[in-house]
Amino acid sequence: MDRQALQERLLRIVGPDGIIDDPDELLVYEYDASDEVFAGHHRPDITVLPRTADQVQEIVKLANEFGVPVTPRGAGTGLAGAALAVRGGILVVMTRMNRVLEINERDGYAIVEPGVINLELSQLTQPRGYFFAPDPSSQRACTIGGNVANNSGGPHCLKYGVTSNHILGLEVVLPNGERIWTGGPAPESPGIDLTGVLVGSEGTLGIVTKVMVRLTRLPEAVNVLLAAFADLESASQATSAIIASGILPAALEMMDHLTIKAVEAAFHAGYPEDAGAVLLIELDGLAEIVAESADRVVELCRGCGATEVRVARTPRERELLWLGRKSAFGAMGRLAPNYYLVDTTVPRTKLPPTMRTVEELSREYRLRIANVFHAGDGNLHPLVLFDRFVPGEIERVLRCTTDILQYCVDVGGTLSGEHGIGLEKRDYMTLIFTTEDLCAMAGLKRSFDPRELFNPDKVFPSGFSCGEVNAIRQQAMAKRLGIEFV
Amino acid sequence: MVVAEERAVLHGFKGHDVPEFDVIRSCVHCGFCLPVCPTYRVTGRERSSPRGRIWLMKSIAEGRLDLLDPLFEDEMTLCLNCRACEAVCPSGVRYGEILEASRAQLVQHRPQTAKERLFRFLGFQVLLGDMRRFRAANRLLRLYQRSGLRALARRSGILRLLGMEHADRLMPEISDRFVVADGSFYPALGERRGRVALFVGCVMGTSYAHVHEATVRVLTRNGFDVALIPGQGCCGALHVHGGDPESGRRQARRNIDALGSPYIDAVIVNAAGCGAMLKEYPHLLRDDHDYAERARAFSAKVRDAIEFLAERGLSAQPGPLPMTVTYQEPCHLAHAQRITRQPRALLEAIPELKLVEMAESALCCGSAGIYNLLRPEMASTLLDRKLNNALATGAEAIVSANPGCMLQLQAGLRARGERIPVLHLIEVLDRAYAAAPATRPAEALAAG
Repeated sequence: MDRQALQERLLRIVGPDGIIDDPDELLVYEYDASDEVFAGHHRPDITVLPRTADQVQEIVKLANEFGVPVTPRGAGTGLAGAALAVRGGILVVMTRMNRVLEINERDGYAIVEPGVINLELSQLTQPRGYFFAPDPSSQRACTIGGNVANNSGGPHCLKYGVTSNHILGLEVVLPNGERIWTGGPAPESPGIDLTGVLVGSEGTLGIVTKVMVRLTRLPEAVNVLLAAFADLESASQATSAIIASGILPAALEMMDHLTIKAVEAAFHAGYPEDAGAVLLIELDGLAEIVAESADRVVELCRGCGATEVRVARTPRERELLWLGRKSAFGAMGRLAPNYYLVDTTVPRTKLPPTMRTVEELSREYRLRIANVFHAGDGNLHPLVLFDRFVPGEIERVLRCTTDILQYCVDVGGTLSGEHGIGLEKRDYMTLIFTTEDLCAMAGLKRSFDPRELFNPDKVFPSGFSCGEVNAIRQQAMAKRLGIEFV
Repeated sequence: MVVAEERAVLHGFKGHDVPEFDVIRSCVHCGFCLPVCPTYRVTGRERSSPRGRIWLMKSIAEGRLDLLDPLFEDEMTLCLNCRACEAVCPSGVRYGEILEASRAQLVQHRPQTAKERLFRFLGFQVLLGDMRRFRAANRLLRLYQRSGLRALARRSGILRLLGMEHADRLMPEISDRFVVADGSFYPALGERRGRVALFVGCVMGTSYAHVHEATVRVLTRNGFDVALIPGQGCCGALHVHGGDPESGRRQARRNIDALGSPYIDAVIVNAAGCGAMLKEYPHLLRDDHDYAERARAFSAKVRDAIEFLAERGLSAQPGPLPMTVTYQEPCHLAHAQRITRQPRALLEAIPELKLVEMAESALCCGSAGIYNLLRPEMASTLLDRKLNNALATGAEAIVSANPGCMLQLQAGLRARGERIPVLHLIEVLDRAYAAAPATRPAEALAAG
């Protein structure tokens, strides 16, 4: 690669203010929010900060011309290393494309650039009575583009669904440099659902330059309850009981003792520090129904052994409780210098035995594990705490997380609930997908990105290149056709 | 992937005031700090974010980046030390602490020019080292402002020649009377609720002497004896923020000696920056055998005037003040001391006063101690943003609680030809008391 020439050409596209090529400054683009022990340090060759879709398109064309990898990045709050430039090349940081282009609450959508911060969009639409439903814990900092790439979840996805349920259309620069629109404001668009393909593709299929998001009407009433339990098991039972009763809370979150301690130290949010586990339950909808459901939820929690059930009385109390919950990952630095996030989902009914297994594994591997998760949809987040300077600890962490994942998969769960596969979890993909499954994905990837320039080494297991997929596919086909393949 | 060119010598952190590695690595780079960081919001560059800066520190500690890399110094000085990141950090990374230590490292290990050394000596030792010298210099400045010398200097272009134009614009009007820690004692009015010492400081005693007077009136009116205990000096914040913690420690010891009296219920500060510093003496003096324990006892008694009044409650009802104000949060009040509810509560206690919140009220105004002199470009970008937000509220006055912010806002308003005043919150309260029935004549408090 002629680095000098590439730099010169990029400079002409984004201007001196939009390009970073000093190797020392590039140090700060070698991480995201994942732990560097597992994600590693990956410095891009050049970082660019485009301001327009045209610039993005030019950058991608140039990458094609020079044959260098392209890695899209939002705010860098991802927890799986998806925004790291593993093979160097150009890191395209989208945070400067942060304009809200249109808010059309009557037709229920907004068009935004991908660098808009998730929470700021909701803050903007709230006075008009609407919000953007996906609310990942990092919503204060993460971008809508990042949400699209990861198909992000969040506490309120229990009722409202994940990001893919709230994306109506996308403007995207494809790996070949073409720019297209997918979807649109209509509830259903004809043809192959490219929006659906792109959401959750973690930057491997293109760079999104505009997002048409669905706006959701704010509920008439909101009620947040906090229920304290002696242990995770009884909290898990309460979760099952609530869902089984037919009530669908807007959010149903669980935090264990370790997590409670960390977030209380951070924000004095009002969680009972002596509880073994708490449930944070938000009910929303019509005022009368919310009030009725709240009574029923209190009853159910008590029935499952809740030691205390409290209702947030003021918006400030509510906000504080949510602040505590949403800062839980970030607060792990108070407990240990490193943590590994497991982001698995199990069927709700399997929650109690899964929590027991996590506890057993924690003891077996002598590792502290903090639990904070979306109990309502069975999306667990065991956070395995460690210190990378303690000899042997990293290996124990790896074995422990693999065991947790294996157990979850065995009971019918999956690898990732919402944080994506990225770099960190790609080698676990074989736990849930067969070679044929992966080949089908790789085939799609190849039709978008035949040169494998877009976010290479992500999502697919290591050593799993499209070439290999091709060979496997040819072998499989040959076998089916009964011919010898050499 | 690029590998930075191998350097012969990698200069890591060493010597005294090394940023603590455990604090550096308590950052899990979650990125929650990005949206609240003023420099990141302006530049959009990761290096100018708290998380990026911590990563640079970490890279130095791990030997991957040289301490003397110009990039590092540039970032350590571009940071305003506003500590908005600390207030939102879930992991509780003590950012201010490692930033200040990093600056101290730069001052220790980076060769300094003669000009820098002179500037530091004049500023930190001569001016701020002793409040008598500080007041003497202020008298000279007042002479300069009043004698027509300034008009002459401005016309002649000599300011531009000396590179002092910007400093001249920022300079406040020096008051004709100073408040001095001379042992004066102001007894409580009405029922006595306690006895406090007022921390006098530097510019608050000269340019903002009237705020000190207002503070004394408000405190005595609320039942507190106020003592202006002699022997106190500068709080040391400018030294510590400027990478000279040793001089900061000297000031700290002196203030603890002067104000550590057991007969005082609280040490009252009306400058947010000084208050934050006084509350952090335990960290500053953690390795000082004789003072570590005393520093803890001392700091436990330090209260911002606003915090103190909100905590103890107003015993006298303020009178009506029919005006619309907006509140600009001093960073070292909101972020370093986490005092955000109390100022609003006090303003709301004033009948007929209307508080209109401005957008981004907790985003730094760009003053940051002497930052506006060192990094004028970033400072004025932030000031512009702040003034736009403040003026958009249509308020008749901007209320704040820190001399640095007030100077910065006043200079900005002057440059724009805006006439709206910048008031210290205690001043507003004092005016409300003046409007209350049965006001006793304001106590004279002139000295100097």
